[in-house]
Amino acid sequence: MDLKDKLISSFMAFENTVNNETPVHDVRSEAMKSFEDKGFPSKRDEAWKYTSLNTVLKHDYSVFPKQENALEYRDIKKYFIHDIDTYKVVFVDGKYSSHLSQTTHDGIDVCLMSAALTKPKYRLMIENYFNKAATKDSLSSLNTAFSQEGAYIHIPKNKVVEKPIQIIHFSTGNESALLLQPRNLIVVDENSHVQIIERHQSLTDHPVLTNSVTEVFANKRAIVDYYKIQNDKQSASLVDHTFIKQKRESHASVHTFSFGGQLTRNNLNFYQEGERIDSTLKGVTIIGDKQHVDHNTLVHHIEPNCESHQDYKGIFADKSTGVFNGKVVVDKIAQKTNAFQANNNILLSDKASINTKPQLEIFADDVKCSHGCTIGQLDESAMFYMRSRGIPEKEAKALLMFAFSNNVLDSVKIPEIKQRITKIIANKLGVNIGFNL
Amino acid sequence: MSNKYTEDDLREELKTKEYEYGFYTDIESETFPNGLNEDIVRAISKKKEEPQWMTDWRLEAFKVWKDMTEPEWANVHYQKPDFQAISYYSAPNSKPKYDSIDEVDPELLATFEKLGISLDEQKKLAGVAMDVVVDSVSVATTFKKTLAEKGIIFMSISEAIKEHPELVKKYIGTVVPQKDNFYAALNSAVFSDGSFCYIPKGVRCPMELSTYFRINQAGTGQFERTLVIADEGSYVSYLEGCTAPSRDENQLHAAVVELIALDDAEIKYSTVQNWYPGNAEGKGGVYNFVTKRGLCETNAKISWTQVETGSAVTWKYPSCILKGDNSVGEFYSIAVTNNYQQADTGTKMIHLGKNTKSTIISKGISAGKSQNSYRGLVQISSRADNARNFSQCDSLLMGNECGAHTFPYIEAKNKSAQIEHEATTSKIGEDQIFYCNQRGIDTEKAIALIVNGFSKEVLNKLPMEFAVEAQKLLEISLEGSVG
Repeated sequence: MDLKDKLISSFMAFENTVNNETPVHDVRSEAMKSFEDKGFPSKRDEAWKYTSLNTVLKHDYSVFPKQENALEYRDIKKYFIHDIDTYKVVFVDGKYSSHLSQTTHDGIDVCLMSAALTKPKYRLMIENYFNKAATKDSLSSLNTAFSQEGAYIHIPKNKVVEKPIQIIHFSTGNESALLLQPRNLIVVDENSHVQIIERHQSLTDHPVLTNSVTEVFANKRAIVDYYKIQNDKQSASLVDHTFIKQKRESHASVHTFSFGGQLTRNNLNFYQEGERIDSTLKGVTIIGDKQHVDHNTLVHHIEPNCESHQDYKGIFADKSTGVFNGKVVVDKIAQKTNAFQANNNILLSDKASINTKPQLEIFADDVKCSHGCTIGQLDESAMFYMRSRGIPEKEAKALLMFAFSNNVLDSVKIPEIKQRITKIIANKLGVNIGFNL
Repeated sequence: MSNKYTEDDLREELKTKEYEYGFYTDIESETFPNGLNEDIVRAISKKKEEPQWMTDWRLEAFKVWKDMTEPEWANVHYQKPDFQAISYYSAPNSKPKYDSIDEVDPELLATFEKLGISLDEQKKLAGVAMDVVVDSVSVATTFKKTLAEKGIIFMSISEAIKEHPELVKKYIGTVVPQKDNFYAALNSAVFSDGSFCYIPKGVRCPMELSTYFRINQAGTGQFERTLVIADEGSYVSYLEGCTAPSRDENQLHAAVVELIALDDAEIKYSTVQNWYPGNAEGKGGVYNFVTKRGLCETNAKISWTQVETGSAVTWKYPSCILKGDNSVGEFYSIAVTNNYQQADTGTKMIHLGKNTKSTIISKGISAGKSQNSYRGLVQISSRADNARNFSQCDSLLMGNECGAHTFPYIEAKNKSAQIEHEATTSKIGEDQIFYCNQRGIDTEKAIALIVNGFSKEVLNKLPMEFAVEAQKLLEISLEGSVG
C-alpha cells in the first residue's frame, strides 16, 4: 500500500477518534479531499522542480504512534535553549509531554492545539483563525486533514511576553518510521510582542518525516520574532510550512537555521494585509553529505507602503544540494513598496549543487524592488592573508564562512540563540573557535 | 490565381488521384489550403523542389509534433492558434526571381516605402547586403557577388538545400533538434524559407548581413528557418529586422534560428522586432514563438542583441550552448511592451566547457496594460570549471496597470563557478521628469530621453544603422503611454 492510500484509510480511522460535530471537522474533510485530488507533489510541479520527495516517501510511515515514550529532561536538555527561562511546549512522538513542558494561561495562552480545537472557550478563536492563512496545496492540506496537536499561542492586546516560547518536537523511534504532522496556531493581538523558537529533533536513526504547518497572525502593531533551528539527524526529513498574515504596522521576522536533516523544505509565506508592514525573512544554511535544503519563500505585498527584507546565505559541501526559490508579488495597489531579496551561496565541492530562482512579479509602478543572487567561492586573497598570519587553513575557512553568514546572525534578537547558532556552526565546520568577534 | 482550393477539393483530389509520392498539389497555386497533415508537409517540400532527405526530415518532425502539446508555462495568456486554420505556404504574387530591384513588383516596393525601409535606402546604407524575404520566398538578393568572392555563402535556405546540401544536411537541426519544443517541431515540418549563411575558415565577413522578414498575406503563418555557420576563425555580424503591416486577425510566427560558431569563430546576431502588436484594445497582433539557439565551440563567441517592440505575444529565448572551452555567450535585450502586449523573453546560458563566460543584460519596459517577463536560465555543469556569469535584469514600469516579472533560474554544479545575478524594478523618477520639464523638454520627450538612457547599454551593442532605427522604435512604441 503506498503512502497516499495509507493516509486516506488512516484518515477514516482518525475521524472516528475525534469529535465530528465541530466546524473543524468540515475543514479537515475538505482538506483531505484536496489532498486526495492532488496527491504528493512531484518534480513536475514548478514549485517542486528541484526537490524530489521520492526517497523520503518510500518508507512505510506509521501515522499514529502506538505508545508513549518517556524522556528524561537531562537527556535532552541540550536541545533546549536552556540558559534562559522560557515557556516550553514539548511533544514526544506527536504527543504532548506535560512534564517537559511549561505552559501558561496567565494573561496569555500558551497551550495545546488539541485543547483549543475542542474546548468551547476557544471556539471563536478557532473559527476566526484556524486554517485561514494556510494555502490549499497538497502537503499543507494533508496536515490540515490530520490537524490535532501542536502549540496554540494567543497573546492578547498590549502584552509583551517576558520570555521566549520554545516549541520542540521529539521523535524517539519506537516505530520503524514515523510521520509527524504538528499544527501550530499563533495569534498575536494589537501592540503585543512575542518571541518563538521552534525545533524538530529526532533521537533515533529510524526515518522520521515531519510535515508541519504553522499559522501566525500578527495584528495591528504586533511584533513577532520566530526562530527555526533545524539541526536534525540524517534520518529525519522536514517539510515545514509557515504562513504569516500581518495587519498594519506589524513587524514579523522569521530566521531559519538549517544545518541538519536529510531533506528540509521550508515553505515560508508572508501576506501583508495592511499598510506600513515590515517583514523579514532570513536564513543560514550550512550542509554537507547528501543533505538537501530547499527554501521556498513568498512575500505578497497587498497594501501600499510596506517593506520586506529577505537575506538567505548558503554554504554547500560534499554532495549536498541547495534550493532557493524566492517570490515577491506586488499587487497593483501596493504602491511605495520596498522589497529586497538577496541570496548568496558558496559551493565547496564539485559534487554539491545549488539551484536558485529569485522571482519578482510586480504590478505596481511606484515601487523599489530588487533581488541579487550570487554563487561563488571563498576569497582566495582573504584566505592567503589569514594563512600568512599563521591561521590554519581550516580555521581560516571557518572564519570566512562565519563572516559570510554573519549578516543573518546580526539581526537575531536573543543573544542565547546567537551563541547557540555560533556553536552549531563551529561544530559543523569542525573547528573549535568561539567567533566572538 | 483563379483556381481556389478548398478542403473539399483536396479530399476529392485525394480520392481521385493516384498516390504519387505524397499527393499532388497544384504547384502553381499561391497559397495552400488551410490545415496541416502529412500531405501538406510533402507538398511544401515538393513545391520547394527539395531532395528526399529533406522531405523525410520534415516528416519526422511532423510526426513528433503531432504528439506534442503547446507549452503553457510561459507567463502569457492568449487565444491558442488553431493549427488547422492556417495556411502553411504562400508566395508573393509574381515569380520567378528578380535580378535587380527594378523588376520587383512595384506594389511590394510601395509597402516597403510605407514601412520606411525602402530597398533603395537600404542599399545605400554602407555595405548592407539584403536578402529580402517577403512572405516566405526570397525576392531580391544583393551584394551576392562581393560575398561570393570571399567564399561566403548567403542565400535563402531553400536555395542552399539545393546548392549546398552537404552543409545544410550536416548542420540543420544540430542546435535546435526537431523535437526540441512544440514550435520548433512545427517549424521543422513546415518551414517555408529563411536564410542560410556560411562563412568559410578564417574569413571576416566584410559587411553586415541582413534579412528583413515581413508577414504580408493575411492568414498566412510565417515559419522561417535561419542557419548561420561560422567556420573556424571567422566572423560575421548578422542583422534581422521585422516589421509587419496592420492586421486584424492574429498571425502566427514560429521561427527557428540556429547559429553554429566553430573554433575561434564569432557570430553577432542582432534583431529588431517590430511586428504588429495589435491595436490599443489588444485586438489583433502577431504571435511570436521563436526558438533561437547558438552553439559555441572552443574559443568561439556568440552574441545576441535584440530589441523587441512588437508582437501581441512574444515567447522567445535566444540561447547559447557554451560547449567549447573558453567560449563566450552574450545576451543584450530590450523588450518594450505597451497596451495589451505580452512578452515572455530571456535567455539560456548553458555552460559546458571550462572557462566559459556569459553576460546577460536585459531591460524590460512595460507601459499601458502590458505584461513583461524576463525568464532566464544559467546552468553550470559539473565539468565547467571557472565558469563565469553576470546577469542584470532591470525593469521599468510606466503606469500602474502593467506588470514586470522576473523568473531567473540559476543552477550551479561546479564549485569554481562565479555567478552574479541582480534585478531591479523601478519607475521613471518624478525628479528626472521635473528636471527635463524645467529645461523646456516636454514630458513625452523627457520619457523618451530617459528610456533611451535606461536602454543605452543594449542600444550600444547594436550596429550603427540599427541603433538609429531602434531608438526611433522605442519612441514610437511608447507614444501615448504618458500620464
